[in-house]
Amino acid sequence: MSHQQVKFYQTGTLTVGNRLLDAAQRTVQATIDRSNSLDSGHRACQGCGEALGARYAIDTAMRETNNKVIAANATGCLEVFTTPYPETSWTLPWIHSLFGNAPAIGTGIAAAMKVKGREDVRVIAQGGDGGTTDIGFGCLSGMFERNDDVLYICYDNQGYMNTGVQRSSATPGGARTATTMPVGPEPGAEFDKGKNVPLIAMAHEIPYVATASIDRLHDLEAKVKKAMSVRGARYLQIFVPCPLGWGSAPAQTVNLARLAVESGIWPLFEGEYGEITSVTNIRKQVPVEEYLKPQRRFAHVVKNPKQLSAVQAIADRNIRKFSLLEEQE
Amino acid sequence: MLKQIEGSHGVSEAVALCRPEVICAYPITPQTHIVEDLGALVKSGKLENCEYINVESEFAALSVGIGSSAAGARTYTATASQGMLFMAEAVYNASGLGLPIVMTVGNRSIGAPINIWNDQSDSMSMRDAGWIQLFVEDNQQAVDIHIQAFKIAEALSLPVMVCMDGFILTHAIEGIDVPDQKQVDKFLPSFTPRQILDPENPISIGAMVGPEAFTEVRYLAHQKQKEALKLIPKINEEFKQIFGRDSGGLISTFNVEDADTVIVTLGSVIGTIQEALDEQDENIGALTIRSFRPFPLEAIRSALKNVKRVVVFEKCFAVGIGGIVANNVRMALSGTNIEVYEVIGGLGGRPITRKSLHKLFKDAVKDNLETVTFLDLKKDVVERELKREKELLQSGSVAENVLRDVGVVNAAKTT
Repeated sequence: MSHQQVKFYQTGTLTVGNRLLDAAQRTVQATIDRSNSLDSGHRACQGCGEALGARYAIDTAMRETNNKVIAANATGCLEVFTTPYPETSWTLPWIHSLFGNAPAIGTGIAAAMKVKGREDVRVIAQGGDGGTTDIGFGCLSGMFERNDDVLYICYDNQGYMNTGVQRSSATPGGARTATTMPVGPEPGAEFDKGKNVPLIAMAHEIPYVATASIDRLHDLEAKVKKAMSVRGARYLQIFVPCPLGWGSAPAQTVNLARLAVESGIWPLFEGEYGEITSVTNIRKQVPVEEYLKPQRRFAHVVKNPKQLSAVQAIADRNIRKFSLLEEQE
Repeated sequence: MLKQIEGSHGVSEAVALCRPEVICAYPITPQTHIVEDLGALVKSGKLENCEYINVESEFAALSVGIGSSAAGARTYTATASQGMLFMAEAVYNASGLGLPIVMTVGNRSIGAPINIWNDQSDSMSMRDAGWIQLFVEDNQQAVDIHIQAFKIAEALSLPVMVCMDGFILTHAIEGIDVPDQKQVDKFLPSFTPRQILDPENPISIGAMVGPEAFTEVRYLAHQKQKEALKLIPKINEEFKQIFGRDSGGLISTFNVEDADTVIVTLGSVIGTIQEALDEQDENIGALTIRSFRPFPLEAIRSALKNVKRVVVFEKCFAVGIGGIVANNVRMALSGTNIEVYEVIGGLGGRPITRKSLHKLFKDAVKDNLETVTFLDLKKDVVERELKREKELLQSGSVAENVLRDVGVVNAAKTT
């Protein structure tokens, strides 16, 4: 990782105060001159992970580009809660067109900037997991394949939350959604379905792919910084818990993001040109039950040994596949 | 300078003369030659300062165009048929956002059954999408109207479709006067967008509007189309001053002043109709609609005020009711006693023959037409299939059965 890692195990937590870091290593969010690209006053639910993810990512991109970012937004929560006319929470130029075309809108803006000799202006396209992994997937793959100079950010809250919590191809096995109800012999979303878009992005051999989580700001900001330091198609998928859709307490949002990482459910890694270049290690694997329990969408899973072990197996597989467990010193 | 070139090639040269900054290309017959030629112009360096993007679908083609147009680049794309339907959501979005994109439609039918040949169902499927739709008669007009289209689009901040009949125009080679760059530069100023994505002046584009303002926003879109009714003839005049050619404005009329009967149509078929009219003795006039959206109600009403009957000849229809153009013409003539007949012909590329037109003209002047006529409909084939469906529950594919009955394939007729 490009950022200074501070281990602060004495407190029993991984949170680290900025004051322990060199001034240059402090987060963008901790600086007084952050751009507040997604400003206060928006209508997100209490404890919205997506609002945090978007704010962290865009503020970092703004700092890396001297505030020269244009954003294209897919239809979804992020679009709705930040805008209805005549109000807007965006302090950067921002466009919403459709649900499934944010990557293509990004391509168009980047092309316009290139033809006008304004390549100092950088483009971010963004959307939720439905807009990215499902309906926007064709446009996303096209943008990757052409290596268009766009950073696409997927805020992954594992379902169609804006339309009332339906299943997307990012919804995990077992999860209750309005279209995968916890009824019948296999309650909740089916296992062994869905797609891993970060790995699919890597298969396009684009310059940069990363996963991030809102619980670790330094890691997330470092990945956005890295993404903005390269040209071409880049993809970042940020894990953003959704209290409304997950049935979790708003105060648990950051904690759930942390537990997803520490259980192995949400592996953090970076890839360049199709190869994994780094993983963010876990000090000690947390049982998935700890991650599942605070979420009502998994209430039936934690009581169902078969489903619980299926979730645990997914986490264990991630740990093995990405070599997530830290070498014990 | 007159050149013997293919219609598509003429259009690509005209578009290049308009100095587009972003071109999105996706192949679909019959518009493909246009974007192919433009690709070569960009790649060879003949068309400078232009990004040519090979996209993965028509939905992406227009979406990339929405992004580039919103960021201030003069933007062009082309499509047809299924491609138009595949980009439908973006078609509405581009006009809703007020983005002056110019798009050629190489008019083609829509499946199923899949059919690559010409009719105008594709453009008609988007007639209410808020775009300006200009239909051209021939390839000279295709060239001239494309140059005017950018000016109209940018003046109104609205997208424009230039609709040209697939194959009949796109693939026809004829003499075209392609203007020179100096003339086009004089006619078409550089693009100044009404609003733009710019880090120095950040705005939010495309946010939600609720019931408190939606009606007014939509009404203003309607109002803007009405403005176009004045602007299209004005820009045609400006074009005439510089280039010396008249593209006709909203409509063109031929001998309507002292005719009892007028054939109303749009697109290239007006040429066929005029030729057929010249060969017979009935006193029949013709009117072709250049601007289908906005629809020139006043101009049509005024042009047809003295006629007894109107025959609307169209290459499309609204299944379940009848002619699309005819219904629009009826609105223009409402309150008059003018009889309006609908004739649907040329579907899926069926030839519109001199013989059929002559019969049609004879029937028309005698009021010997039904309200809706399908030109050259093979009634025996239709009856046969209807009978088959009545008799058999699993009667199979209508398309296949009809094709067998028509006998174009060397196959045994079905029972």
